[in-house]
Amino acid sequence: MTNQISLTVNGIQHTLEARANETLSDLLRYRLRLTGTKIGCDEAECGACTVLVDGEPVVSCIYPAERAEGKTVVTIEGLGNEFTAKHAKNAKELEKKEERRKNLSDTSIKLSASLRALSGLNALHPLQEAFVEHGAVQCGFCIPGQIMTAYALLERNPNPTRDEVRFALKDTLCRCAGYPTIENAILAAAESLRTGEPVRKPNIPDSIHVHQSVGHTHRRPDGIEKVNGQAIYTDDLVFDNMLFAKVKRAMIPHGFLKRLDVSKAKELKGVVAILTAEDIPAERNHGLIVYDWPVMVGVGERVRYVGDAIALVAAETLEIANQASALIEAEFDLQPVITNPVMAREDGVPQIHEKGNLLKHIKVRKGDMEKGFAESDVILEHTFHTPTYDHAFIEPECSIGVPLPDGRMEIYCGSQIPYQDRTQVARVMGWDESRVRVVGQLMGGGFGGKEDVMGQIHVAMLADVTKRPVKLLFDRHESLLVHPKRHATQIRIKIGAKKDGRIMASESELYGDTGAYASLGEKVMTRATTHSAGPYDVPNVRADCYAMYTNNPPAGAFRGFGVTQSAFAVESMMDMLAEKLNIEPVELRRINALHVGSITNTGQELRESVGLMECIDKVSSAMCQVSGLSEKDLFKPRVVSDVDEVDLTAKHAKRKEERRKNLSGLRGLSGSNYLVRAWGFAAAYKNTGLGGGAPDISNAEVELYDNGMFEVRSSSAEMGQGLVTVMRLTVAEEMSVPPEQVNVLVMDTDLTPNGGPTTASRQTFVTGNASRYAAKTLRDAITATLAEKYDVKPEQIRFENGIVHANGHSMTYAEVAKEMKAMGQHPRALYEYEAPKTQPLGTGGDMHFAFSFGVQAAEVEVNKLTGEVRVLRVISANDVGMAVNPLGLQGQVEGGVMMGLGNAITEEFLMDNGYVVSDRLARYRIPGIMLTPEITSIIVEHPTAAGPYGAKGVGEICSIPTTPAITNAIYNAVGVRVDKLPVDQESIAREIWEREEK
Amino acid sequence: MTLWQQYIKPKTLAEAMDAFATAPRPLLPIAGGTDLLLDLEQGRHSPVQTLVDVTAVAEMTLIEIRDDQLFIGAAVSVNRVALDPLTVRHAEALTEACDLIAGPQVRNVATLGGNVAHALPAADGTIALLALDSYAEIVGIDDPMAILGNGDSAKLHRFHRLLPLKDLFLGPGKSSIKHGEELIVGFQISLSKPHQASCFKRIMRPQGVALPILNCSVWLERENGLIKDIRIAVGPGGGTPFRATQAEDVLRGRSLTKSTFESALDALLAQAQFRTSARRAGADYRRHIVSGLFRDVIESAWMRAEGKTTETRRH
Repeated sequence: MTNQISLTVNGIQHTLEARANETLSDLLRYRLRLTGTKIGCDEAECGACTVLVDGEPVVSCIYPAERAEGKTVVTIEGLGNEFTAKHAKNAKELEKKEERRKNLSDTSIKLSASLRALSGLNALHPLQEAFVEHGAVQCGFCIPGQIMTAYALLERNPNPTRDEVRFALKDTLCRCAGYPTIENAILAAAESLRTGEPVRKPNIPDSIHVHQSVGHTHRRPDGIEKVNGQAIYTDDLVFDNMLFAKVKRAMIPHGFLKRLDVSKAKELKGVVAILTAEDIPAERNHGLIVYDWPVMVGVGERVRYVGDAIALVAAETLEIANQASALIEAEFDLQPVITNPVMAREDGVPQIHEKGNLLKHIKVRKGDMEKGFAESDVILEHTFHTPTYDHAFIEPECSIGVPLPDGRMEIYCGSQIPYQDRTQVARVMGWDESRVRVVGQLMGGGFGGKEDVMGQIHVAMLADVTKRPVKLLFDRHESLLVHPKRHATQIRIKIGAKKDGRIMASESELYGDTGAYASLGEKVMTRATTHSAGPYDVPNVRADCYAMYTNNPPAGAFRGFGVTQSAFAVESMMDMLAEKLNIEPVELRRINALHVGSITNTGQELRESVGLMECIDKVSSAMCQVSGLSEKDLFKPRVVSDVDEVDLTAKHAKRKEERRKNLSGLRGLSGSNYLVRAWGFAAAYKNTGLGGGAPDISNAEVELYDNGMFEVRSSSAEMGQGLVTVMRLTVAEEMSVPPEQVNVLVMDTDLTPNGGPTTASRQTFVTGNASRYAAKTLRDAITATLAEKYDVKPEQIRFENGIVHANGHSMTYAEVAKEMKAMGQHPRALYEYEAPKTQPLGTGGDMHFAFSFGVQAAEVEVNKLTGEVRVLRVISANDVGMAVNPLGLQGQVEGGVMMGLGNAITEEFLMDNGYVVSDRLARYRIPGIMLTPEITSIIVEHPTAAGPYGAKGVGEICSIPTTPAITNAIYNAVGVRVDKLPVDQESIAREIWEREEK
Repeated sequence: MTLWQQYIKPKTLAEAMDAFATAPRPLLPIAGGTDLLLDLEQGRHSPVQTLVDVTAVAEMTLIEIRDDQLFIGAAVSVNRVALDPLTVRHAEALTEACDLIAGPQVRNVATLGGNVAHALPAADGTIALLALDSYAEIVGIDDPMAILGNGDSAKLHRFHRLLPLKDLFLGPGKSSIKHGEELIVGFQISLSKPHQASCFKRIMRPQGVALPILNCSVWLERENGLIKDIRIAVGPGGGTPFRATQAEDVLRGRSLTKSTFESALDALLAQAQFRTSARRAGADYRRHIVSGLFRDVIESAWMRAEGKTTETRRH
């Protein structure tokens, strides 16, 4: 039983005792503490855990550790060394060669990558360097897997084609979906490896409103640690004496907990604590707006979804915790299950919450509907359905509670709202908030899915009782079952228009499935409702939305925040209307587009920063340019003959050759050209910021240290989207220093001031501004101090290139810091930024302080026989006000398109009568690199006055129009209107064959 | 849960059989484990005492020519199957099937034996092997008493049996391999002769489990513009991997034309039993799309058999 495992990991020989049940990833992560290898799914689906075993990439999560006996393993941590070691030998040879050559001639020596590696300045493999340089790194969680897979490819094939890169990375998933940049980075690294030249830089245009720092492309501050395996995410942390937690979940969708018996579990050796609802110290519920979500369901209480917690276990090992959880016995009195929001509103159905099944009836009223429809020449009505979706961030949730000797509690977690976590933990514990410190960690993606509390309260309770650190890590299964999703909706739209295309009236009725608990359901469905007439100037609007409780997993924030759903409905409707009116789809949108001076359907006058028309025009001309078609031909079906086919994803040139030859064969005989292409078009808008009258506040603090470095701090969340780069650039801009002179600290409730929730595309705007004004305040303080000291007017103090000039004196910032302190001033400034006031829905006035606009066009290819759909190209134009960091923006735009593509084509969170079918990543497919279309990003910059340098939000708008652009393209190609997501190839095929049979 | 206690890594078949005979039970052989470990972890298979890892068994990791047969070890990774010059030359359909399975980090672990042993009616490797008329080589312990074993391995009588692949399958997920008593050592395929060729293709759907909704493989021999012999496999065309023998009969001895193809398609549709799989594909959808898939595959095989020379592959 005590086998030994001897293996070499990153050049170091290890001999370890074999353990039952151990996988290679466990051995690497927990025994060797090489935490660069990540676990995203633990089911061989995502590829994050890829390491090399004897030179071949393998998934380490299902690789038994004992199989690695005698083998050589390379992980992300070893890649830099691997490269250096390998090239050290080459470099020596090279040097010798060069020496000989030098003796013969005076040819200058080219500095090779190998030599650079040796110099010690560059401990990164060119792949690692290229990933940072090209912006392929966002949240960073999948990156070790991407780089290791790419490394294996380049070892075998030093000069891969784009298709070969894609084929190699086929199943290595990235949810930030920087696939195009990943591809570019790999090709750039391959080139550098071949030529010895430094990694070539990406070609990304600056902002048209470029300043000294903001508006230029910059690397992420956390880029290097995310490519060399040093980045620490919550599960990478280990504390002395730490326990492992497991939550016992109801696993039934609706019923009353009749009996709960934890006695057998308590007897299990190694179990340290078991808690039930009786042990909740103070408030029993948590929630973001409505406190309706029980920390645990107690005996006699109602279970509302499968993920409801009924008991908590803390044990010496995870294995024991799992065993104990299985030994807990529970009996339920099962109740009829409310499976959808329409059913939830019917008479006589069970009411899930005390106040009923209706969370909120949301209303939008503008103008006179009767008049609007009476004035219309054409009226159309249609109902659309969208399913539930999961965020599928690659890093599952993890929380660690650490009790401190002074009675305080630290919570380590990845959270989009650290201060809210603190509040919610404190409420349940019955503590003053100051007793809790939330220490936010790097996050492997969020997308709205890490706004609600998951394990934070549970670990606090367990750590408090056991007086030991407690870790609760969700596996993918638990993550899929428990956290809030994107709302499933039913949306009926009735639209009336004049013959000339002017929309006269828009009526919509929405049902949103907010699941068992409110989460942000009310806000999400409000956004869905207010945006349900599209980005158009419509005189008469009426919208009613019913956000309903059901027995499905809760639904809450998810990138797009309800607008993803309503945009699908309204943009499909726009194309249906265009066809009916015989007006080109682009033209119909031009006729109705919101512009400066328009009044939105909530009664807000748009006074500035409406770049919609420019987005429409730019996408329209880009479509013509890339396709060589005229505007009127874009939306017509084009049959793809086999000879003409430019196969964007063909792996084998040979196959293409075969296809050509086959023309003389059967297909030629049957003459059925069944591949058809067309373009589709869609527009959208999305608010920046909370809006609706909520005070939108962020705090930031900037400090100058003695060494001349700055630090900017805010608890706003960095989940991969690049806020830290924005904060750094903003401060660098205001202090006139290089960005590298600014460090960023985020997400710590003790050390960073409250930045508010990271949601609603708000952080660039609010925390960008808070950082900017904090820096300005500090600069003013420096100016005042130096003006006094040198007895000059403040205007004579100048800040240039990292140097402060005062009346002939030039000082570095290190010297400035000393001066300030000598004068009794602490060089630090805190700024509370409050965004322009907004008004609640229904009161008219400004419901939001800014809107971003986006237009996308998609070219699809539909197989008429099978119904299969391929998205070939997407053109995305986004009016973001100002591009603070064009590199980060590129990542957001491409990732947004891919998430939109997943929404349209691959994803559907399946449930069966309240039970979750999509309970593994294998049953919830997110887009991989093979599905990545050619993405063209067009940045439109209509600055908004209050935004930092004119910037407004981008995180969501770039994802919203993708789905309707794709489904409209499908209609244009084969005449099948997709009104239910995701696109179902079988339905498309069926509709075509039934039509042809007629 | 402790999913396994003991992990044994035999280096030879004899050692593997010893482990089968003597190691604590319940016992399972493990090759790649890409499915098996998930079955254990996710509770579809109850925990075991012993896993016998066969990936280091020399006989099972070979690809070699034995007389007029190509032997592919059951523990060869599907990536190696896809890339090996011998398989590329003699079993093109199989390389195409293996090339499509998952990504490289899974293909490097998953094995051909595992793909077949799960007895799924539409496993890509299985369907290709079926069209290639492969035989499974099986080794086992004939005396069940030996399993309880007193550790005296010399007493064990071992035998190999050679089973036509189609006889390996009893029903969906059920094979005739005796669990814990037998092992698939490898597969035999007749060496490819001039004017013989094969092809494999599949149709997926982008949502849900990454299994094909339909796959098809054809092997054929072409002689004087006629189909001298042909084998057609379609998955899932029934409870077990399906050979469209009636369509084969239609085509044998005839040329490939639009009309012979359509007769063959009719025969295939008459013989196959397409099922509806919830959330994946309706039976009528499968019946509808099989025509295009079958046509593409047979056409490629037909063209390849005509000009079969050395083709350069991507790798």
